[in-house]
Amino acid sequence: MIEVKDLVKKYGDHVAVDHLTFTVEKGQIYGFLGPNGAGKSTTMNIMTGYIGATEGEVLIDGHDILKDAEAAKKCIGYLPEIPPVYPDMTVEEYLRFSAELKGIKKEDREAQIEKVMRMAQVEEVSRRLIKNLSKGYRQRVGLAHAIMGFPPIIILDEPTVGLDPKQIIEIRELIKKLSKDHTIILSSHILSEISEVCDYVMIIAHGKLIASDTTENLTKMMQGQNIYDFKAKGSASQVREALGMVSGIEKMDIKPSGEDGIVEVAVECKNGEDALEKRPDYREEIFYALAHAECPMMASAKYVSLEDIFLELTEEHKKIRPKKQKRRLMARRQNEKDARTDMPVDPEEITTEDEQAENNEEVKDHGSDL
Amino acid sequence: MAAIYKKEVRSYFTSMIGCVFVAFALVIIGLYFFANNLYGGYPYFGYSLSATVVVFLILIPILTMKSMADDRRQRTDQMLLTAPISTWQIIFSKYLAMITVFMVPVCIIMLYPLIMAAYGTISYSMAYASIFGFALMGFMCIAAGMFISSITESQVIAAVLTFLILFISYMAEAIAELIPTTASVSMIAFMILVAAAALLVYYMTQSQLLGGIVGVAGIVIIAVMYMVDSSAFQGAFGNLISSLSLTAHFYNFCSGLIDIPGIVYYLSIAFLFLFLADQAVEKRRWC
Repeated sequence: MIEVKDLVKKYGDHVAVDHLTFTVEKGQIYGFLGPNGAGKSTTMNIMTGYIGATEGEVLIDGHDILKDAEAAKKCIGYLPEIPPVYPDMTVEEYLRFSAELKGIKKEDREAQIEKVMRMAQVEEVSRRLIKNLSKGYRQRVGLAHAIMGFPPIIILDEPTVGLDPKQIIEIRELIKKLSKDHTIILSSHILSEISEVCDYVMIIAHGKLIASDTTENLTKMMQGQNIYDFKAKGSASQVREALGMVSGIEKMDIKPSGEDGIVEVAVECKNGEDALEKRPDYREEIFYALAHAECPMMASAKYVSLEDIFLELTEEHKKIRPKKQKRRLMARRQNEKDARTDMPVDPEEITTEDEQAENNEEVKDHGSDL
Repeated sequence: MAAIYKKEVRSYFTSMIGCVFVAFALVIIGLYFFANNLYGGYPYFGYSLSATVVVFLILIPILTMKSMADDRRQRTDQMLLTAPISTWQIIFSKYLAMITVFMVPVCIIMLYPLIMAAYGTISYSMAYASIFGFALMGFMCIAAGMFISSITESQVIAAVLTFLILFISYMAEAIAELIPTTASVSMIAFMILVAAAALLVYYMTQSQLLGGIVGVAGIVIIAVMYMVDSSAFQGAFGNLISSLSLTAHFYNFCSGLIDIPGIVYYLSIAFLFLFLADQAVEKRRWC
């Protein structure tokens, strides 16, 4: 359906899209996932023929988007980031213009307009000027324009931005309904939205495709990791020995930290059977093992969530999270955990206590450690 | 293509710009028509029409300023450029829409010679030739304004720049008179022009070699030509400037002449500006 080959887009020295290659098959919902500025919109703009690529080519149903532009563009309905609506027109006028622009035959026009208005749920504002509409309605008018004529490919750039939760659910329903006879590509920086709607996810960061798989596989992959990062006091061999006592550790990486006598440890543990609930938590064991070996933990363990993996995948340089945010994150996870299980001893609490104790004892040395 | 044309014409008359343009044009032409032809009894309509040209230097930018710039600012160009039509079709249908608005007052003033005829004998051919020339001049100005509008996102900048270009073109003959007619001055002016062109080539291609070749070759050719026949340069630069004149051909039409070079001049420059507008839109897609 769509073939994107080796796409490059440069703005001066800045590379917005970096050798992107992928194919899109018929009748599926594809999701572009990536942080802001990852190149999602640029890629979509190139695919729809709005801007040209520096290198590479895009084939829409076998038509080159540049050489055979009109045939290629006929196959695409596009809702850009900012809905391209004329504020001085009423919704009905705008959609009539859209229908004419897309070359829909005169006899079909009125029926088409009515149908897309019903689907995008803009009937009740059809006689109002677009400039007086709220952001959500404008978005829906833009969506109505995108699906006008029911082209085989529908590309939506962040379609649910600015909508309220009820509208978001409605749009999702609409997308699912459309996916029966259309190929849909949508972009978002919200993970849950993508995993909710899409069959297939492409994660883009810094203009590169860093992961592309079905939603199921990707979720599995994301949930499959069980990694802890922390610092411990003691030599590398001591720590290794202590951690050797913990069963279930698959891989450990021990590096010297900047400070004397303290090492940085990254531990990868065995996974649970499948779902999030069943993932074993090793923090407690790790803590006691280290305590036993008298290698106290100096900085907190990290518990990997879906968001973390997403962040890690999309951020080239891993940034150390500021203290406050980290604590908030921990508290949140704690709540999640509390809701899930009834653990007698709270590993998180222990970690924090431990940190605090360490801080109290060795304020001079490690006060800045966190 | 018809879709954009219809939408543009409608938007000119729903957003007031079209109405204001037509009203203003009719008031100004009507005023001169009344003062000269009706009250003064002067039998040449072209005389009144040529007096209003200076007002059109302001009215045309108002008409053209939003044609391309506004689409870009509102991001509605995304809708047009991803629709199954070519850039040229977008440009041309927008141009035709502006021509339509412009032709409303022109069609109305076609009645004025008939009004004059009720009070005495006039030369219809002279009157209608001048209206014809006026329309052609308008086509060219609108194309120029459209090009300017396509290179900026701001309507105000588009309007001011268009006015500036039209004004310089309007004053071209007066400016040409200020330039000394000696051959050496012309030669130096041409060389500066060639150097500017070379810089432009360098800026557009980012190739020092190409820019250098254009610059050096141009200057050498001019120098050789000057040494071979310096008298050919006498007043040449002034002639070049005055050939940019907006009104020279229009005045020919006013004196009852069907000026074929004038028709070619106005239409070809209009086409050139539309082509440039098309290129400006295309270029933006590539960088």
